[in-house]
Amino acid sequence: MTSAALRSRAWKLLEMITTPLLPSDYLDLVSPLRAGADLRGRIEAVHPETGDAATLVIRPGRGWRGHTAGQYVRIGVDVDGRRLWRAYSLTSPTNRQDGRVTITVKAIPDGKVSNHLVRRVKPGTLVQLDQPTGDFVLPKAKPAKVLYLTAGSGITPVMGMLRDVEFDDVVMVHCAPRPQDVIFRDDLHDLVADKKLRLTEVHTDTDGVLDIARLGELVPDWAERETWACGPAGLLDAAEEFWSEHGVEERLHTERFRPGIVVAGDGGEVTFSATGKTVDADGATPLLDVGEEAGVLMPSGCRMGICFGCVTPLKAGAVRDLRTGEITEAEPGVLIQTCVSAAAGPCDIQR
Amino acid sequence: MTAIDPTAHLTAEQIEELGRELDAIRDEVIASRGEKDAAYIRKVISAQRKLELVSRGVLLFSFFPPAWLIGTAGLSVAKIMDNMEIGHNILHGQWDWMRDPKIHSTTWEWDHVSPSDQWRHSHNELHHTYTNVIGKDNDLGYGIMRVDEDQKWHPFHLGQPLWNFINACFFEYGIAAYDLELGKNLHKRRRKNPEFRARAKAVGRKIRKQVLKDYVIHPLLSGPSFLTTLAATFTANLVRNIWSHSVIMCGHFPEGVQVFERRSIKGETRGQWYLRQMMGSANISGSRAMHFMTGNLSHQIEHHLFPDLPSNRYAEVAVKVRALFEKYELEYVTGPLPKQVFSAWHKVFRLSLPNKKPKVKTPDREQELVAA
Repeated sequence: MTSAALRSRAWKLLEMITTPLLPSDYLDLVSPLRAGADLRGRIEAVHPETGDAATLVIRPGRGWRGHTAGQYVRIGVDVDGRRLWRAYSLTSPTNRQDGRVTITVKAIPDGKVSNHLVRRVKPGTLVQLDQPTGDFVLPKAKPAKVLYLTAGSGITPVMGMLRDVEFDDVVMVHCAPRPQDVIFRDDLHDLVADKKLRLTEVHTDTDGVLDIARLGELVPDWAERETWACGPAGLLDAAEEFWSEHGVEERLHTERFRPGIVVAGDGGEVTFSATGKTVDADGATPLLDVGEEAGVLMPSGCRMGICFGCVTPLKAGAVRDLRTGEITEAEPGVLIQTCVSAAAGPCDIQR
Repeated sequence: MTAIDPTAHLTAEQIEELGRELDAIRDEVIASRGEKDAAYIRKVISAQRKLELVSRGVLLFSFFPPAWLIGTAGLSVAKIMDNMEIGHNILHGQWDWMRDPKIHSTTWEWDHVSPSDQWRHSHNELHHTYTNVIGKDNDLGYGIMRVDEDQKWHPFHLGQPLWNFINACFFEYGIAAYDLELGKNLHKRRRKNPEFRARAKAVGRKIRKQVLKDYVIHPLLSGPSFLTTLAATFTANLVRNIWSHSVIMCGHFPEGVQVFERRSIKGETRGQWYLRQMMGSANISGSRAMHFMTGNLSHQIEHHLFPDLPSNRYAEVAVKVRALFEKYELEYVTGPLPKQVFSAWHKVFRLSLPNKKPKVKTPDREQELVAA
């Protein structure tokens, strides 16, 4: 018998011992970061970067496959007892010797997760992780000239790149409201002092918002550079337009944070994606009724919100709890009670 | 349905107002659910797992009588924790708001022969929606007992104290049979219904796994303690069964609890639904340890009003609910466990016999009628 087969037999026997739990339920008690466990990480330190940004040093579990500079990771963190998932760029180099990785988080106004991570989270906290992903990465072949165009927390994936690979000729244009808002400012100026980077800071409080049309004044040879841009949608839209006007759009690589912001409204178009049906729903009719009316096979139970027999994944959009008015937005793994939830804007129900 | 309706003094407006006040209590808890609650359930789950591990470990040496005693006691408590404070409450969706896929009503499985999804249907949906409605809520007597004077007596009911005792000893099997609606489904052609067969198969699988674990694998692991470990596991299951049966009997069977007719719930308003839960449930008074070991079903009234609120919050909710009972002059049925268990058993015995012929105009009865 091969060792894999032997292991699987041993595991089956263990399952018989621990039923109805799994052996991993017990192992998680003592070793949550072991190989074979659901991927988690332990926050080991939190370093403030600016008044509203901090870098978290995370030791990922043994199953971590490593990242490529510029990629992001989804992390699931319990805020007020509720698990919320967000994506953050990895800011550590890929060859860090101690096996830790870092993400750098900027607290956005009213941001539940970002404020929690920047201001409240304690070292020792376990977080859930996904494998790193994203195609905002550097090519295998080194380009001769590089431009990084960033704004605000858009600097985070680029910092991961800067720390990872050295190029002969690198220019960065970074926008932030004030000098003290520039994340990684000391690190950037160290790189400048070592002549590894040419940096232009645009302080939008005093200089105004960067006008892409005048990029040539800051970086005369911008069109010859392989460019990675990350920042607010306005900046990226303008950049994409500018690059394609000049016929060099293939040199521009962009990364957009927070695609598709959910705006909670009253009713909307409901898609039952498994069945492939789409219907209009008002903001007062339970989605269970909406689905049944449309001929979708919906699980149901008490029809008054107490039995949890109708819970269904919400894949996109937002719904409103008809009892409390609470809005629930789609996130991976979010289930809703269709009998007491109505559409709060367009949404996608997995039925 | 009972001779004197204890809610007859309430106007329709009062009942709706009562409903609004209860909704406000619920909203307050929902708005304040947070980190502390999540830490509570995680702590309980981890304590249960550790207790079970240690107890099973001690039972490996159960040929040594003190080890048998400690291991059996620990395993009994672990099984009770698993079924009551953890399993029952998670399967109610009380912790779904945490969005932790491991502590969620759709994924949880418990140390019980009834698979959790079948139990969720019969318990959360049928029992909690139609609480104490004769003919709709099969929890009333589990289909084998007569629990109200208005139910027709049959000579079969003479044996109900015995059925109830057997049910208590093998409660988890009784629940599994009950979730399968075995009584109904064993008839003739229903047996062949593919949906029923699939569910019966699932129960069979669960029973096999549970029995194999408790009565084969763990005793075998104990080697020389094979027989004593077997006896210990059997005892722990027996203790757990009798305990949960007793707690559950106290929820709806003691004297003073109302049952309802099918037609009384037609077009029921939210206020009326709440009122039915209030009148159809009974509590157990006692220490914090008692509340914990009953899975907070000692706060059965509060649980029936708000089945999806986290169990650790029922104690604080109970104070407010009890004040509402007083305000609306309703009877809050509660008492210590022995008293409530006795009351429930008393009813089981009393109703095993046909109703006494109503005496014509006893003075007592006349007074009550005048009062009403």
